[in-house]
Amino acid sequence: MCVTCGCSDTASRPDTEVLLLEERVLAKNDHLAAHTRASLAAEGIVALNVMSSPGAGKTSLLERTIREREDTTFAVIEGDQETSFDADRIRAAGARAVQVNTGAGCHLDADMVHRAVHELAPKPGSVLFVENVGNLVCPALFDLGERAKVVVISVTEGDDKPLKYPHMFAAADLVVVNKTDLMPYVDFDVDQLAKHARSLNPGIDVLPLSVRSGERIDEWYGWLDRTCRTT
Amino acid sequence: MHELAITQSIVDLVAERAAGRRVLSVRVSVGRLSGVVPEAMSFCYDVATAGSPLEGTTLVIEEVDGLLSCRTCGAESPADDLVLLCPCGSADVAVVEGQDLRVTAVELEREASCA
Repeated sequence: MCVTCGCSDTASRPDTEVLLLEERVLAKNDHLAAHTRASLAAEGIVALNVMSSPGAGKTSLLERTIREREDTTFAVIEGDQETSFDADRIRAAGARAVQVNTGAGCHLDADMVHRAVHELAPKPGSVLFVENVGNLVCPALFDLGERAKVVVISVTEGDDKPLKYPHMFAAADLVVVNKTDLMPYVDFDVDQLAKHARSLNPGIDVLPLSVRSGERIDEWYGWLDRTCRTT
Repeated sequence: MHELAITQSIVDLVAERAAGRRVLSVRVSVGRLSGVVPEAMSFCYDVATAGSPLEGTTLVIEEVDGLLSCRTCGAESPADDLVLLCPCGSADVAVVEGQDLRVTAVELEREASCA
């Protein structure tokens, strides 16, 4: 086969040959993610990949969860382009954390998370939050070895986001709609958001809550408990 | 831009498979539902190959259309975005094609035979 146009004419390039590969580009990432998933499962550790745009409230959600769920051991991998601000906040809340700075990178990949898991060495039976780089596009494509993907969106962002960033919402298991305490001040329709998200992903759970006021935060803990029990 | 990381994976994979032989061109297939923009990948290829053994090689991108299979009516239908809906109205569908990213072939310089 001619590699340029796919025809079967190879006579025109007698000095070359075509090596057929048919290999998945993300095979290496996915293989490493599967390895991480199996290693964590063997230790009874549940990893959750938490994604959102910058400022939706990922770190605040994790801080409150760590402070309020004293019966659970948490560990956190923090992904950001620069700074260790978020890992510092997580440690202040009482959990172990490792900061991964991606530099120019806009997402975490399975290799970064694999190395971070070794550095963090989460305790058996713990919950490992992987807080991805704030970005609703790129993180959707990379399996990190998590049990579930959580997208956090805040009511100031608009209920049309699932249709604008479909890969993220198609990949997620749960959408947390944060900052519901601001609902009186914004035009955000939770039902509309849920409808858009389900048009991409019929099985997705949608949970409106306020990390700040604590409204419906118990339902997040309920989801966490159910997800950790599922094998 | 995740295309840069993905394109870097392509360059690494091809360099490994070429095992030191000179590469002329690389052929990839990009599903229209994969979340990868072919134009961005082409742009990133020059960046990712610069200074590597693949510098100056050609990247040929073949786009693969999305195809759905409906669990309600059993029919197959095309899909060009991620709002996956069968023409019968059912959203209970499986993606059959269009999500994959693959390196399909590499054109290499023929090895000199031992005469």
